[in-house]
Amino acid sequence: MMWNEEFETLPREALESLQLKRLQQTVARVAESVPLYRDKFKQSGISADKLTTLEHLRDLPFTVKQDMRDNYPYGLFAVPLEDIVRIHASSGTTGKPTVVGYTRKDIDNWSELMARSFVAAGTHKGDVIHNAYGYGLFTGGLGAHYGAERVGASVIPMSGGNSKKQLMIMQDFGSTVLTCTPSYSLYLAEIAAEEGMDIRSLKLRVGIFGAEPWSEQMRGEIEDALNLKAIDIYGLSEILGPGVGIECIEAQKGLHIWEDHFIPEIIDPVTCEVLPLGEQGELVITTITKEGIPLIRYRTRDITRVIAEPCVCGRTHRRLERMSGRSDDMMIIRGVNVFPSQIEAVLFNIEGVEPHYQLIIDREGILDTLEVQVEVHERIFSDEVKNLQQLANRIRKEIKDLLGVTCQVHLVEPKTIARSEGKAKRVIDNRKPSN
Amino acid sequence: MKVQQISIFIENKTGRLAEVSRVLGEQGVNIRALSLADTSDFGILRLIVDQTELAREVLKKEGFTVSKTEVIAVEVPDRPLGLHSILDILDQGKVNVEYMYAFVERCGENAVIIFRFDNLEEAIRVLTASNVHVLPGERIYGM
Repeated sequence: MMWNEEFETLPREALESLQLKRLQQTVARVAESVPLYRDKFKQSGISADKLTTLEHLRDLPFTVKQDMRDNYPYGLFAVPLEDIVRIHASSGTTGKPTVVGYTRKDIDNWSELMARSFVAAGTHKGDVIHNAYGYGLFTGGLGAHYGAERVGASVIPMSGGNSKKQLMIMQDFGSTVLTCTPSYSLYLAEIAAEEGMDIRSLKLRVGIFGAEPWSEQMRGEIEDALNLKAIDIYGLSEILGPGVGIECIEAQKGLHIWEDHFIPEIIDPVTCEVLPLGEQGELVITTITKEGIPLIRYRTRDITRVIAEPCVCGRTHRRLERMSGRSDDMMIIRGVNVFPSQIEAVLFNIEGVEPHYQLIIDREGILDTLEVQVEVHERIFSDEVKNLQQLANRIRKEIKDLLGVTCQVHLVEPKTIARSEGKAKRVIDNRKPSN
Repeated sequence: MKVQQISIFIENKTGRLAEVSRVLGEQGVNIRALSLADTSDFGILRLIVDQTELAREVLKKEGFTVSKTEVIAVEVPDRPLGLHSILDILDQGKVNVEYMYAFVERCGENAVIIFRFDNLEEAIRVLTASNVHVLPGERIYGM
């Protein structure tokens, strides 16, 4: 099923010529109305009329998160504030948040893309969508809400938190679709078990999970625990919010990025060179329909690759492989690049190991140390010391084999690692900045 | 012949053992025998209690990781070389002891030792064949 079959199956040639036309319009517009781009373009001698093929995109300057902070709050808006109908901001863990503004047309496009995403995920009018993404400055809640309404589904605007109530509502209201972060879905399953409720027997059919990186193994855990199809959704507030890309339920493999609204590129995060199609690197997105805050070559910091092969679902929009981490989540431990998602994959491959883990990085003298805390669940608990030590050794060895990093494995009691109701905090870095 | 034992995963931090004893005590569970295996990181507390299922349930509810294992309780002569005579029989019978610990109470003139074997059936066969008294679970829970 498709929401907008005409655009979702647009032949590549037509899609790319539409992209070029929209890119030229966007570049012309921001060169006029956004001082940052006016200056950047002037410096590198760029103008919209020189953009005659999509290949020329790589001549344009990048936009980074710092540009948004430097222009806080409204400096990158391309329209007068009176044309902005909605303002969102991303959680600024350090310093000021990054602020985005939407025109009425932007909200309309966002709803359209979220509607496409909901339908691609196998949901439809008649579904009861339990939306547990946070409502507020965070784009997740309202983004999913508008898309679900556009589809014509019945939306329950739950927002996050109050897990016992969430479970009660899901049961009593007959929710068929759950939207939240992947870690929160497992948290709900855990609370349900504690409450003696069989979450598998609920009417939930599809879960649409995003806003944090997760692994294929975690998908298996979630599908088992909640008895639903778990679909990965991608988005970031700078570009749109949720609905930049979505897995189709037919393939559940790679996220279709809506290319009539965004142009993806993959670059080497160190050299910033555009990589050949299919190679893994940092995702860079150019928005080509946004009015409020169009961004040229925004560095997302997400690590992925583009899958160019046609998809079984029939959509012509290319897919992005499941995000395998963030270039700024990358931990450098004794000179080795490590992504939390790689350690997660190791843990999931060891049968019975809980999805609950935490990585603690510290420095002893001049040496970085990595401690991996893993919760001991009944399935892996043995009353013989040697078996538990073997388990810890196996985790240590597999991490060493895969990543080349020596770590300490610490087995901890269940529920000692803080459970998140939003994004999971997987990494605690206690190292002091070196400068 | 077998005795039910519960084992609890305990992290090495203050107050965890006290937490176990509090939870059990408040439910009126009486501990009959215990041993603690510890490493630098964690410990495994093994208990024989008068109400195994209840103990397991309440500990799980408090968030502990609990498992149930079967062990056997053996009467051991309470005199020099008493324990040795039993271990010797096991050794001759090529039965490997995973771990063992002493019971709190005596059984008449004899001490009671709890054994965990990788092959429980074989151990029972070897011991009873040498006329060693293996105590039934009901005796142990009520002692």
